[in-house]
Amino acid sequence: MKYLCLVYSDEELLHSLPESPRDEECLAYAESVQESGRLIAGEALAPVQTATTVRVRTGKTTVTDGPFAETKEQLAGFYMVEARDLNEALTIAAGIPAARVGSIEVRPVRQLDVPARPVAAGKRG
Amino acid sequence: MSAQVHALVERTYRHESRRVLATLIRYLGDFDLAEEALHDAFMAAVDQWPREGIPDNPRAWLVTAGRFKAIDRLRRRARFDASLDTLAERLDEAPRGMGDPADVEAVEDDRLRLIFTCCHPALTASAQVALTLREVCGLTTEQIAHAFLTRPATVAQRIVRAKAKIRDAGIPYQVPEATELSERLESVLSVIYLVFNEGYAASMGERATRGELAEEGVRLGRLLLGLLPDPEVMGLLALMLLHEARRGSRTSMAGEPVLLADQDRRLWDRDMIAEGRALIGRAFATGEVGGYTLQAAIAAVHAGAASAEQTDWARIVGLYDVLAQASPSPIVELNRAVAVAMRDGPEAGLFLVDALLARGELVDYRLAHAARADLCRRLGDDERARCAYQRALDLSEQQPERAFLERRLAELDGIGVSETTTPHPEGGDGASRP
Repeated sequence: MKYLCLVYSDEELLHSLPESPRDEECLAYAESVQESGRLIAGEALAPVQTATTVRVRTGKTTVTDGPFAETKEQLAGFYMVEARDLNEALTIAAGIPAARVGSIEVRPVRQLDVPARPVAAGKRG
Repeated sequence: MSAQVHALVERTYRHESRRVLATLIRYLGDFDLAEEALHDAFMAAVDQWPREGIPDNPRAWLVTAGRFKAIDRLRRRARFDASLDTLAERLDEAPRGMGDPADVEAVEDDRLRLIFTCCHPALTASAQVALTLREVCGLTTEQIAHAFLTRPATVAQRIVRAKAKIRDAGIPYQVPEATELSERLESVLSVIYLVFNEGYAASMGERATRGELAEEGVRLGRLLLGLLPDPEVMGLLALMLLHEARRGSRTSMAGEPVLLADQDRRLWDRDMIAEGRALIGRAFATGEVGGYTLQAAIAAVHAGAASAEQTDWARIVGLYDVLAQASPSPIVELNRAVAVAMRDGPEAGLFLVDALLARGELVDYRLAHAARADLCRRLGDDERARCAYQRALDLSEQQPERAFLERRLAELDGIGVSETTTPHPEGGDGASRP
């Protein structure tokens, strides 16, 4: 079985509580799961202000600022894509068949803020 | 000599700073860095031009100076963030592949890139407008806030967030491809019209007409039409030209606004009117008539009338009826109400204006109160007219308009008698937002 583990949090609190994880810790955990051979993909996301929502209704694509999924909409799937810029990502998103009935939230992946480390030669993830 | 150079730097700033900025954003890939670079470049001009003489191409000089200043800044910051050093080096090498800053066409393209980026649909509409007025037109946050009946802090926050989204979400600095162009056009048109309006009827400041901004709106309209011959681009350009044609007659020698009914129609620019009419014809011929084309058609009825009395008000009311269907807004309804007053008499108009004010959306809109005041005055109800003029005056921050309203109030008190009417949207303040 494959599972998707979704991380939800109050963005304001995620980085400010005593228990809040630091990026180093997040990276270390991801690496430990990776070393166990069970990580397929994992990324941190840029803050919600960077979100853009795409919907296609009656053949017309609408692009709006924000993560405005309807409250009755539930997460149904995901695509992680490599795109030149937001326009290309939005074009791909508009092509996702579910965009015709639901909403596709497009959010950039965030690079974890960890100090650069020397890369161990020959080591493979 | 030095004073002359200073005047030239100032003039260059007024005319070129937005173009220089647009090109610097392309070179530097970052709005904030480009703004700092723009500032640095003009500081360098103030310092160097008096000593070294004025460069042959001031714009190209400023772009080059700005780019070097940005690279310097990045190198200084690289002491704390090593990744900036790589960026600085990339920028140092980039210009060979990035075109000549003296290339006029490339510079014009940069402005269009800037417009489409500022008007990207991934930004909220209010952010698009604020960002365009700030970045493309160089308005201050105070001026933008005033135009949108909001607080400067709100506008400033909108701009900061919009720039952050452009950077963090990867909104590209480019003109959309042909397939996306028409979808992206709508927001660009509304923003351009707002720019034109800001110039045509500046809501704050000493002068009632900030001609350069209105010209900027027209110029952006022409540029856009060249790129995309969409009927609504024609309609918008026609609308701007028909309003702009009246510029010479819109203000008195004393700088006060002159109402449409009182304007010397011999001063109207016949070439602009002819160009506007031709564009309306082209737009109607496509069979796709939108809100801008309808507004332009209304302006064309005014432009073709020998006087206010001889205006075809029935046709204007009819066009407003269609416009209210195509793009409903309380301001369209206000303009329609004033046209109805011209067709059927002030009582019919006042009934509509009062109903509109009762709905609340226009309670703080000065021209709604000025229109009401004028209708009350025409009905001989001096007391209600006085209250409404006072309310309009309280809401007006534009000096010439205030002087005008104060004079109307004085006339009601019997100091000087005039047969002229008061500023109201359809009656003469001109460009009104759909």
